[in-house]
Amino acid sequence: MPEAIRAIDCDVHPMVLSMSALAPYLDEFWRDQVVERGITQLDGQSWPVNAPKTIRADWRNAAGRGADTVEALRAQALEPFGADLAILNPLYGVQMVLNADMAVAFTRALNDWTRAEWLDRDPRLRASIVLPLQDIGAAVDEIERLAPDRRFVQALVLAMGDAPLGKRQFWPVYEACVRHGLPLGVHAGSAYRHPQTSVGWTSWYLEEYVANQQAFQSQLASLITEGALGKFPEMKVVLLESGVTWLPAFLWRLGKTWKGVRFEVPWVDRPPAELVRDQVRLTVQPFDAPEDDPGAVERILDHLRSEDMLLWASDWPHWQFDGDAAVPPGFPASLLSKLLRDNALATYSRLRGEEGSP
Amino acid sequence: MNVIQSPSQLVHPGKPAAATLGLVDVDIHPRAHGMADYKPWLSERWWSYAQEYGARARHGFTGGQPPFPKAQPLACRRDAWPPGGGTPASDLNFLRGHHLDAHGIDIGVLNPLQPSGQGDRNNGFSAAMAHAVNEWQLETWLRPEPRLRGSVVVPYEDAAASAAEIRKRAGDPNFCQVLMMSRTAEPAGNPRYWPIYEAAAEAGLPVAFHAFGYSGWAMTNTGWPSFYIEEVSEHATSCQNQVTSLVVEGVFERLPALKVVLIECGFAWLPSVAWRLDRHWRHLKAEVPHLRRAPSEVIREHIWVSTQPMEEPEVGRHLKDVMGWIGWDRILFATDYPHWDFDDPRAALPATLPEETRRDIYGGNARRVYGL
Amino acid sequence: MVAAVGDIPPGGRKLVEVAGRRVVVFNLGGEFFALGDRCPHQGGSLAAGCVTGHVSSPAPGEYSYSRRGEMVRCPWHYWEFDIRTGRSRFDPGRVRTRRYEARVESGAALQGATALPEGPYRAETFAVRVEDNYVVVDA
Repeated sequence: MPEAIRAIDCDVHPMVLSMSALAPYLDEFWRDQVVERGITQLDGQSWPVNAPKTIRADWRNAAGRGADTVEALRAQALEPFGADLAILNPLYGVQMVLNADMAVAFTRALNDWTRAEWLDRDPRLRASIVLPLQDIGAAVDEIERLAPDRRFVQALVLAMGDAPLGKRQFWPVYEACVRHGLPLGVHAGSAYRHPQTSVGWTSWYLEEYVANQQAFQSQLASLITEGALGKFPEMKVVLLESGVTWLPAFLWRLGKTWKGVRFEVPWVDRPPAELVRDQVRLTVQPFDAPEDDPGAVERILDHLRSEDMLLWASDWPHWQFDGDAAVPPGFPASLLSKLLRDNALATYSRLRGEEGSP
Repeated sequence: MNVIQSPSQLVHPGKPAAATLGLVDVDIHPRAHGMADYKPWLSERWWSYAQEYGARARHGFTGGQPPFPKAQPLACRRDAWPPGGGTPASDLNFLRGHHLDAHGIDIGVLNPLQPSGQGDRNNGFSAAMAHAVNEWQLETWLRPEPRLRGSVVVPYEDAAASAAEIRKRAGDPNFCQVLMMSRTAEPAGNPRYWPIYEAAAEAGLPVAFHAFGYSGWAMTNTGWPSFYIEEVSEHATSCQNQVTSLVVEGVFERLPALKVVLIECGFAWLPSVAWRLDRHWRHLKAEVPHLRRAPSEVIREHIWVSTQPMEEPEVGRHLKDVMGWIGWDRILFATDYPHWDFDDPRAALPATLPEETRRDIYGGNARRVYGL
Repeated sequence: MVAAVGDIPPGGRKLVEVAGRRVVVFNLGGEFFALGDRCPHQGGSLAAGCVTGHVSSPAPGEYSYSRRGEMVRCPWHYWEFDIRTGRSRFDPGRVRTRRYEARVESGAALQGATALPEGPYRAETFAVRVEDNYVVVDA
């Protein structure tokens, strides 16, 4: 990482060890329900705890877990990568919960846990508000509840949800995001309302992890064609841990189709690629490109046609790179200032005007 | 009235000059006039069933109506409706004049779509239809017209019945591939489908995955979209899932001779799938020890793509980058006649491609894949 | 001379050749318009295209449908063109098909053309003659 630039890490994952960690943040009823009904954990299949990608081997502690303390985050990510701000995106499986009331209770507890045990312990930390989309009204309420705390800088949903995110049923959430200057963060992972692919359930985790690439395409297609991006022009959408390199081909296809099928979605009055360059941002960890071919990386960046879309992230503690090789290979030095800092400041309005200070 | 009465006058005839190894069109969609066309090859029992229930895809609509209405009736070019009546591509003579002769096509590969029974909820009906459609191809199209080759239609949700149908057709030079639809009920690499690939590899026939079919799941992995425009985008994503599954389940390790052709799925997405697979396979290798080669190598050796629908970058030369990454020998020309989103052979390829590349895409690559 | 007025009823069209160019003449409610037949995308024939109306939208879920029968779509990739001006819908400033002047002359002249659009494709004007209620397009 270049020493001269103070990086902003746009995607780190504090991990919840078990439901008992959330107990202090649940009311009495739900606290007792968790114990009495044996709801011990919500570790989803999106992130098998012992899988090599979920926690990098040298970031696991003696108990085989990791990413569960602020000390670990400082020692393993903030300091080695020279970041003075990091955005926490908790990935505990609350989106999977089918009982909407339970989901709301657990999600609120998760957000309160993030605030108390992370944000309050290090002034460099910021976080996303995890949304309980099982109940849209409650999701809006959760934004209203937490938005006054300006350390919450984004609203977080998963790439594989119940319905494509562009649909109008979600628009009250986007109104709230815009009201409070919060980008919508869409992160890899599934609520398991549908199989990992439109052609069914995958056999191997490798297939499942790769399948996130398709989810991002479908979500973006929905946000564009349903008119959500057009309706909320100030809303930024951040695609987190998507792999990035799928984007140009996706836009080439959607843009071509739009020219002929525009009549079906007449409110989309600009080419999709323009909407995306204006409103969509992507973290680059991982960046799915050939590692031994810097020429290819240069071409891919050229295909994106914008230097303003990419946001650096470590994706701690997920294993995406070894050692301190935290910037994907092949990125030109001329891009680093934007990649590591400027684009994040431009995307997350709540980070501005308070760089490095609480 | 929007249908033109003399559509053959609307085509500017001509064959691309660069097609010096022949012009091979790997995607033509012949269509029956109606179910009655298949009657000669359906038993009484299945003919009655067809009358009473008909094709039942995993979506609930009937009569060939799709869940997402298309942009044009039957998704066809309006100038492709034969003046003598009937639906587009239902009349061999009209097809000859309007398409084969007009564009100088030397070989056309037929991919029959609905109603073909493929992916039907009922395996017995699907198998009966597969047999009938294959006989119909032979009688109506392949025997009368030497420029055409057929696809072995199979009831792919029943792998054993599919393998039997393939073995029945193996060795018949009229058929050049096995046809599946891109939306299967489980990912295409799943072991339940392996008997199909075994039979195809044994017969020396590539397996083509053509966009469409209905898996029975929501059309995206995050739920049902609203619009046809999203479905068009989704054809690419479901094909991406299929490529991933075929590779990761080790189908090509089991069957080194197997070739797969992706038809009407687009292609510009393929390099990013290969890169993503390589990258994450490196970290997750221990889970899949049956994979002995990098996924990108497997893709490079076993998978071909067709040109249609061709993605359109804002900057034209970007497409050449992608075609180079895929491999100039992996790309097969296709028109998708008579559907809308048709590419005239002379205009379809980027103008700046070298002659040998155009020659290979127009015909050389397909000749090698299909042994033509 | 391309057609008798009666040959192209309102809502109809006719594909003709004028000095080696294929031209489609449309009748929109008695007014005649002529467009070059080749779509600027890949050359598809507009004469074979679907004629439809124009839909725009002030907001998602709202459909403002007007000008029924005044838009033609290329049959290949469905690009839509305004029959009156030749301009494409998705990028009217940059993409249009060639537009020709078409007039009916019979005693009292009908001026059907609108102003020439700006941009890379410039419409050609043709002198027009009348003979016994014939539509005449000169190239």
